[in-house]
This record gives sequence, structure tokens and C-alpha cells, in this order.
Amino acid sequence: MGLFVQQIVNGLALGSIYALIALGYTMVYGIIRLINFAHGDIYMIGAFVGYFALTTFNLPFGVSLVLAMLIPAILGMLIERVAYRPLRKSPSIAVLITAIGVSLLIENLAILWFSPDPRPFPQIFPNMPLDFFGIKISIPQIIVFLTSVALMIALNFLVQKTKIGKAMRAVSQDKEAASLMGIDTDRIISLTFAIGSALAGAAGVMVGVIYPRIQPLMGVMPGLKAFVSAVLGGIGSIPGAMLGGLIMGLTESLVTALISSTWRDAIAFGLLIVILLVKPSGILGKSTREKV
Amino acid sequence: MLEVKNLHVYYGQIHAIKGVSFTVKKGEVVTLIGANGAGKTTTLKTISGLLPYKEGEIHYKGENLSGAKAHNLVGKGLIQVPEGRHVFPNMTVQENLDLGAYLRKDKKALAGELEKVFSLFPRLKERKQQYAGTLSGGEQQMLAMGRALMSGPELLLLDEPSMGLAPLLVREIFTIVTEINKTGVTILLVEQNANMALSIAHRGYVIETGRVVLEGDAQSLATNEAVRKAYLGG
Repeated sequence: MGLFVQQIVNGLALGSIYALIALGYTMVYGIIRLINFAHGDIYMIGAFVGYFALTTFNLPFGVSLVLAMLIPAILGMLIERVAYRPLRKSPSIAVLITAIGVSLLIENLAILWFSPDPRPFPQIFPNMPLDFFGIKISIPQIIVFLTSVALMIALNFLVQKTKIGKAMRAVSQDKEAASLMGIDTDRIISLTFAIGSALAGAAGVMVGVIYPRIQPLMGVMPGLKAFVSAVLGGIGSIPGAMLGGLIMGLTESLVTALISSTWRDAIAFGLLIVILLVKPSGILGKSTREKV
Repeated sequence: MLEVKNLHVYYGQIHAIKGVSFTVKKGEVVTLIGANGAGKTTTLKTISGLLPYKEGEIHYKGENLSGAKAHNLVGKGLIQVPEGRHVFPNMTVQENLDLGAYLRKDKKALAGELEKVFSLFPRLKERKQQYAGTLSGGEQQMLAMGRALMSGPELLLLDEPSMGLAPLLVREIFTIVTEINKTGVTILLVEQNANMALSIAHRGYVIETGRVVLEGDAQSLATNEAVRKAYLGG
């Protein structure tokens, strides 16, 4: 029983990282119906920005985190502007292939610039487990979980309550009508990429805090799993991405502990197959109606 | 207020609008009537900046609109209510109306504007918190018009407001169009329901396959033999 609860704690910490990445997938999909396969690499860039900010520039953690959100945000907007916007009216397969191209480009540039060798992420928080009635929760885990939850609450507020959020929802529901409201749809799409990328950047730092090893291809697997999380929760749905991420994290850590770590990835992707068979729109996704 | 001169619009290779010209004066209700596919909606979408045009000129309040994007025209008071309503289905009625006022900063005037919209369309007030996607077709049309009014229109482009509505509702909607016009809003109305459109318009233009084939004041069009045969059912 203790082991089970312990794995739930680990799973929540991991899951909140998946959730942060999944949000970017789901927001971008919601607004331009694109699976942005370069998103996992943005998360990697976030980890590296955090790494350099903390080591080379010796900045405090808070500042490093902000930089690790800001620079990926700019990168995300740049990618959208250069690679995706010119294809706005092209068939979606062209944009999808472009996204894969962008992903490979970022990965290989990162290998070239940062070297393919893993680097140790500096340990800012003492890895001291606190004992809660026999359940060990480490300080990094608490930091990761709380930061992620805070970011998700902020995002939810932004999307539901602010004018920008209303504009984002309007653009995702009907671009033409949104522009007839005076909304600059290109600007809102750009902003969506910025926000999604900033969350992925934050996730990059969070993962460095719990699993202190980073390398240029670190975004591939978590990127795919976050994508599965987004589909699991219902792609296009923000609460869905949060829920999907947590389920993914919990599943992984429970499978690792109770079955075997070799089954971890198989079961994670098995989830994708099951959800596509049983409820293709995802747990919280709305089945889409064809417009007439 | 609006002057369209020799407008040509292409959809890829298709030459959809072949030299349309017309004018709308301040305070008027002008209607473009014609059959399905004549190019009425295309003309309207081009004016509101949703479609680009190759040839011709559109002047609005004396300004050449060449190359202007839709979202930049909203602030100038050029507002379109699109064909098929296009309300935001997963947002509430209130949120839809708020989006109409997206560019407006005068919060005080807006509260009054909202009251005006609710007095024109009491049904919207009752359904303020309901999702727009759950409204009936007529209510969605009211919402689309209310939302446009929140933008502060000087020239309101209405695209097929009667589409898919029961005759009683059509009459109600057209009465409201007249009321909106009386508050000083100029209206360009595109309709297949020529009978209704001519009954409230001051002037009209008949469009056929991308060209203006007839124009005149609404009464003379309504009694014109050719128009009666083609659009008014004898």
C-alpha cells in the first residue's frame, strides 16, 4: 500500500510535467488544427535555457525559469511565423510534414551547438525526502507540482476570464467570424504559440529539477507522450490536456513500480490505441460536428 | 458612404465578380438581390475585407479600402453579419456580445449599447448565460446582429438574414433591420428573399452571374416585370 501511494506521488510530479507540455499541443491544435511535432523540442530548448541561465550565468532559479519560458515563447512565435503561417491555406498534411522538419532541424542544431552528450542539470533544491506519514515526497517533487499547478491555474484564468482569452477561444471556434469582430487572428495564433511554448519551456526546467540530466534528444519521448496525453484528455481541450498528462504520469509510474519498467512505454502508447478505439474524441473532448 | 467601382473578384481561376459597381448613401437601406451563386455574398465578403480583389475600387467614407484586412475595418464602423450567423457556439450569449465589442474601449457607452441590444432582442437577455450553439436559428440570427451592433456599426452589411428562418421570424428580423436603420445605421442587405428585402429597402441592385443587371429604387424594382418574373414568383 505504501509503495502504491508512493508511486502516485511520483506519478503526479511526472504527470504535471506531461500536462504542461500537453497544453501546448492542445492549444495549437485547438486554434489551427495542427499537431505541432516540434513542440517536444521546444521543451528541450527550455531545459537548455534553464541550464545555461543557472550554470553559465549563475542566475537565481526564478529568473532562470522566466528566461526558460520567454526564450521558447519567442522561438515558438518565430517557428509559427516562418514555417507554418505561409502554409495557412495549404492542405494540413503539408503543415504536418513541415512540423516534423522543424523538429528535426531543432534537434540537430541542438546536437551541433550543445553537443550530444548529456549534461547534469544543477541541483538547486536539496533532494531531501520529507516524510508524510511514511510517504516520501522530495522537495523537488513539491516544487515541480506546485509550479505546474500555479501555471495551469494562471492559464485557465487567462483563457476563461481575460479579453485575450476570449479572443483565443473565438479564433479557435471560427476564424472568419473572429476577424469580423476586429480580432487580428494572426496575432492571436502567434500568441497561442508563445503561451504553449512558454509552458513547454517551464516543463523543461521542471524535468531538470526532478531528473537532473538533459541532452538534445530529451524532447522526443516526452513530446510523444505529452501528445498522447493531449489526445487522451481530448485534443483541443485545455482541462483535457491537464487531466491526460496526470493520467499518463500516474500510469507510467504505477506500471514501472508494479509491473516492470520495460513495459512503461508500451503501455503509455497502448493507452493511445485504446482511447482511439473507445472514445476517439478523448475523455473531455467534444465530438466535433461538421459545419454546414 | 460606400462606393464600389468596377469590382472584379476571382476564386482561383473562377471569375466570380465581373465588374460590379454600386453606391450606398448615408442613412440608406440598400439591397443586393439575386439568385443563389450570383455573387452577392462574394461582393459583401470583399467589401468587409475577407476576400482580396484584383481590379476595381472600394471607397468607404471617402477612403480607398484597397488591401485592407477585415479586422482593421471593424474599428472604422464597417461591420458584417456573415451568412449563416457564425456565432461562437461554445461561448455564452453574453461572451458573444462581448466579442462584438472587442475593439471598443468606452466601457460606459458599452453598457448603454448592451441595453439597446437587449431591448431590440429581449430573447437574448433571457438567454444571456446560455451557449450560443444551443440557440435556435432565429435566436442565432438575433445574436449575430446584436453582436454586430456591439461593434458600433456605421455601415452594417447583412448577409442573408432570412436564411433558413420561418416566415414569421423573417418578418420580425426585417422589422428590426428597419429599426436599426432608424437609429442612423446605414445598411447594405444581401438577400435571396427579394420580396422582403425590397419591402424595407430604399434602393436595390439585381445581381446575376457576377454583374449588376438592374438597379433602381425599391418600389420600381418590386414592380418591374423582369424582376417579378425572376425573383418575386410572378
